[in-house]
Amino acid sequence: MTWVNAVVQGILLGGLYALVAAGLSLMFGVMRIVNLAHGVLAIGAAYLALEVADRLGWHPFLSLLVVVPVMAAVGYVLQRGLLDRALRGGELAPLLVTFGLAIVLQNLLLEQFSADAQRLDVGSLGTASIRVTDGLSIGWFPLLSAVVGLLVVAGLGQFLARTRTGRAMRATSDDQEAARLMGIDNRRLYAIATAIALGTVAVAGVFLGSRTTFDPGAGATTLIFAFEAVVIGGLGSLWGTLAGGVVLGVAQTVGAAIDPAYGILAGHLVFLVVLAVRPRGLLPAAVAR
Amino acid sequence: MTAPLLEVAGVGKRFGRLTVLDDVSFSIAPGEAFGIVGPNGAGKSTLLNVVNGVLRPDGGTVRFDGADVTRADAAARCRAGIGRSYQIPRPFGGMTVFENALVAASFGGGHTGRAAAEAAHRALETAGLADAANTPAGSLRLLDRKRLELARALATDPRLVLLDEIAGGLTEAEVPALVETVRDLVRAGVAVVWIEHVVHALVAVVTRLMCLTYGRVLAVGDPHAVLADPQVVEVYLGSTIAGDDPVVEET
Repeated sequence: MTWVNAVVQGILLGGLYALVAAGLSLMFGVMRIVNLAHGVLAIGAAYLALEVADRLGWHPFLSLLVVVPVMAAVGYVLQRGLLDRALRGGELAPLLVTFGLAIVLQNLLLEQFSADAQRLDVGSLGTASIRVTDGLSIGWFPLLSAVVGLLVVAGLGQFLARTRTGRAMRATSDDQEAARLMGIDNRRLYAIATAIALGTVAVAGVFLGSRTTFDPGAGATTLIFAFEAVVIGGLGSLWGTLAGGVVLGVAQTVGAAIDPAYGILAGHLVFLVVLAVRPRGLLPAAVAR
Repeated sequence: MTAPLLEVAGVGKRFGRLTVLDDVSFSIAPGEAFGIVGPNGAGKSTLLNVVNGVLRPDGGTVRFDGADVTRADAAARCRAGIGRSYQIPRPFGGMTVFENALVAASFGGGHTGRAAAEAAHRALETAGLADAANTPAGSLRLLDRKRLELARALATDPRLVLLDEIAGGLTEAEVPALVETVRDLVRAGVAVVWIEHVVHALVAVVTRLMCLTYGRVLAVGDPHAVLADPQVVEVYLGSTIAGDDPVVEET
């Protein structure tokens, strides 16, 4: 029963990882940008939610009404003002620019909110669970975060497959110059892609900040988990990212069931094995390519 | 004399020390079919890139429909009505043939919803690809990739289409169908600028021909007169000319 429980918890955790990684996957799929500031941005969104919750007395989930649009706007401006310029500087430039951005943001958060650990309070939802059998109960919060993760990935997939803007993103991802010749303004498109990515980051940040405590340095771990989910699943593929998140989550919970100290390590080991055996990931180039 | 649709005046382009285009001027009337020939490296594709905005010229101007578009980017020129098909097809490989055309109709053509889908279908129909609509574009064979290039250019509702060696690499049997497609295009009132080494295909459609060599205009005018020009024969057709129907394949 312990194993079944570990796998079920792992799958739910994987849904959360997919939620965290979706934006990273989208930005890589559309623009080939590896956004190293992804984790810090998620933590920044959690702090923003904390501010809204504190000042207005809102529930953290209600604060998403403010946090998501704000982060989307930040994404739009970030792309137009900074990342577009970086993209013109070759492949390495966006990596360096987002790395620098991560450091700046982390220190701004430290300056503003101190290094104290914070947590978003979701009330009784944080601890309530459904008892399935004696050895297996499913928490409402992990279930909700996994469902939201699934919805975000499915929603992005449908957006890319069915909408005018989504198709333009896939076209630009395939061949940027040919896309321009079809009349696609890729600067505007990129800004929309980053806005959507940071909108999902906002949701991810609120769920992360409600699940455990966070501090300005938590962005690094967040980035690593998101990055591992994206790479395990296959770069630029959204459904792959979901699969990658689940693989990572299950590896961590099963590892922790063997010995609580091995959880995170088991996740990293699975990541390394996938890199060695299937370097292109489990589901390479499926949706966003 | 109607106002020209496209007016290229004194265009020059250098890549480093290499002068690829040198004071090239020509103009095209609405609905005209205009051919460009010349040896490899003459600057033909570069000229198309300058016309559709992929490259900025170092000097000279490009005017389209009376407006100076020299500084406009490729996306804006596409929306203004300049379509382009590449010598080496560049389909969006991860999308279906229909989606390829749909993207072109949505953005280049400015259509939305049902109108975009209809424009995409029409373009595929014209290019002879209607049956392959749901095929992934990455799995098409060469002739169909060339047709897709054409379909995408058409789906943007162009008034001018730039064709870069669409017959190149095709078998002799495949060329006539493509020639017919281009002829349909011209009949529909779309102006065409067509670069082609398969000269007989070109001469069958165009009403004026320009020969470009080392980035300069060597001759321009009636296709047969240009091909008979001793200078053109020397630099381009050379000794490969045989009979009345020269076919010079790219090697």
